[in-house]
Amino acid sequence: MSVLVLAEHEAGQLKASTLNTVTAAKALDADVHVLVAGSGIAAVAQAAAAVEGVAKVLTADAAQFEHHLAEPLAALLVELAKGYAAVLAPATSTGKNVLPRVAALLDVAQISDITAVVSADTFVRPIYAGNALATVQSKDALKVITVRTTAFEAAAASGGSAPVEAVVVPADPAVSSFVSQQLSKSERPELTSARIIISGGRGMQSGENFHLLEKVADKLGAAVGASRAAVDAGFVPNDLQVGQTGKIVAPELYIAVGISGAIQHLAGMKDSKVIVAINKDEEAPIFQVADYGLVADLFKALPELAAELDK
Amino acid sequence: MKVLVAVKRVIDYNVKIRVKADNTGVETANVKFSMNPFDEIAVEEAVRLKEAGKATEIVVVSIGPATAQETLRTALAMGADRGVLVQTDEEIQPLAVAKLLKAVVDKEQPGLVILGKQAIDDDSNQTGQMLAALLGWSQGTFASKVAIGDGSIEVTREVDGGLETVSLKMPAIVTTDLRLNEPRYASLPNIMKAKKKPIDTMAPADLGVDVAPRLVTLKVEEPAKRKAGIKVGDIAALVDKLKNEAKVI
Ligand SMILES: Cc1cc2nc3c(=O)[nH]c(=O)nc-3n(C[C@H](O)[C@H](O)[C@H](O)COP(=O)(O)OP(=O)(O)OC[C@H]3O[C@@H](n4cnc5c(N)ncnc54)[C@H](O)[C@@H]3O)c2cc1C
Ligand SMILES: Nc1ncnc2c1ncn2[C@@H]1O[C@H](COP(=O)(O)O)[C@@H](O)[C@H]1O
Repeated sequence: MSVLVLAEHEAGQLKASTLNTVTAAKALDADVHVLVAGSGIAAVAQAAAAVEGVAKVLTADAAQFEHHLAEPLAALLVELAKGYAAVLAPATSTGKNVLPRVAALLDVAQISDITAVVSADTFVRPIYAGNALATVQSKDALKVITVRTTAFEAAAASGGSAPVEAVVVPADPAVSSFVSQQLSKSERPELTSARIIISGGRGMQSGENFHLLEKVADKLGAAVGASRAAVDAGFVPNDLQVGQTGKIVAPELYIAVGISGAIQHLAGMKDSKVIVAINKDEEAPIFQVADYGLVADLFKALPELAAELDK
Repeated sequence: MKVLVAVKRVIDYNVKIRVKADNTGVETANVKFSMNPFDEIAVEEAVRLKEAGKATEIVVVSIGPATAQETLRTALAMGADRGVLVQTDEEIQPLAVAKLLKAVVDKEQPGLVILGKQAIDDDSNQTGQMLAALLGWSQGTFASKVAIGDGSIEVTREVDGGLETVSLKMPAIVTTDLRLNEPRYASLPNIMKAKKKPIDTMAPADLGVDVAPRLVTLKVEEPAKRKAGIKVGDIAALVDKLKNEAKVI
């Protein structure tokens, strides 16, 4: 039986997280359909149809889906889910908001943040901030799953040519409405798909000092991240938080600067390929997971790093 | 308006957890337990609503073993008025928690239910959304700001791209994110007072809810350990390693 992926998109662009989710879906069943819900989504539907391995694209184009509110999206997915063996979404703020609502409406469990597909009903998921991995088997006929995108390769964005089909849009439950948003603007790559990330912690001391990090980030084409302490202190906005309760990242290179390495932070970055830590305390736990550690004052090390990269 | 808050007893966030040798779960014997940190934030928010005259009564609910009483007492010491313990030694998964909470909501008729966004043991991040679904209510998840209006509530949410504000028709479900508030410590006099506050205890069967798990845990394992690498002497050495050894820049 086919499986359905809820596409993630923004400003007319299909997001990379959808591509990773398609790969996870393919491990369940070869017949992968993608649902694009939104308002004015023709371009996104075309992008989804071009993804390698996608057999069909469903579109739900209506004003009630414009802001990805959970209530109307769940009402739509509940109607569609009945024809599928599984519904999957990336474990993003939208996926995490919507899929549990869908599962409860269908009276099935939801399986959060899977990192591996063992078989069509058995999955691996991290628990306790990734300090343990649970293998769970679902007894429900329908599986509702969010996918940890860093654990699955991205499907190729081209090569497919799936048919696009509009679905019937159910009534809007109309219990919530969008008011406003404050999206962080950045010229840098997005955290969750960046190849290199440089993150700052409480040791940065202020938001202004993040310029030291940004200088290095620009030279490396890196995204900038942060620890919870740096976000709580107001140095940087919340969407930069990496960790158990922030974003999960796994870049080729992760540089942690002035971050101690609490388990909640490690939970979000310890699957990075290469980890570098710069910290003035040689006992900092971050060094236990770092491939390359430098015991140094960051206010000296960061300008030196920027200069060295220019050589 | 009555506010209901769901609080879970979990292994304390400072504990370094250990996977059991037989791979059936994690070690819970002789381990410190405390209230799920997000639930402390939920209780704090409810208490602030009461202090601001927006809430009249705060009912805290926990589902779990007899020891979850302690967690309820903590919430009562922070300022909640009474507790409900749905007592069971079985494993209760988020869908079943949501069903039990729905049964309590049906009885108590609160105008607002506040939960944590995520329990730090199972890391599910599901229960609030599921409860909203079962009740047919609106949901404001990952809240960093809550403003109660007339028949509606404005919730600012922490989303991947930044912040988003939604307006919810009441009654509503809110789940807390880390920056909603900073929970207070209970004072000694309030801890003493909390001992006299009522806690109503019941069993899942009293609420007519089937709590059978839908997911079977086949095994729990330790993740592959990263081994510590090397320390480099200076920035030049670091850049050299990244270029020529790791080949990542
Ligand atoms: C429920 C819960 C969820 C959480 N979720 C997350 C999460 O998602 N992400 C997250 O990051 N945290 C999370 N935390 C918080 C986590 O426990 C830590 O408190 C946090 O990660 C600490 O951030 P930090 O390393 O920046 O600060 P600190 O622990 O204070 O470390 C600062 C480091 O900077 C170093 N330093 C200071 N000055 C300098 C200098 N001049 N040069 C070089 N080094 C310097 C210090 O030696 C120190 O190691 C969570 C906590 C809880 C309870
Ligand atoms: N056993 C429980 N008792 C009371 N509240 C719970 C329980 N399990 C989950 N919750 C609530 O649901 C939130 C999210 O939990 P979860 O969906 O398991 O990540 C928690 O922060 C609590 O507010």
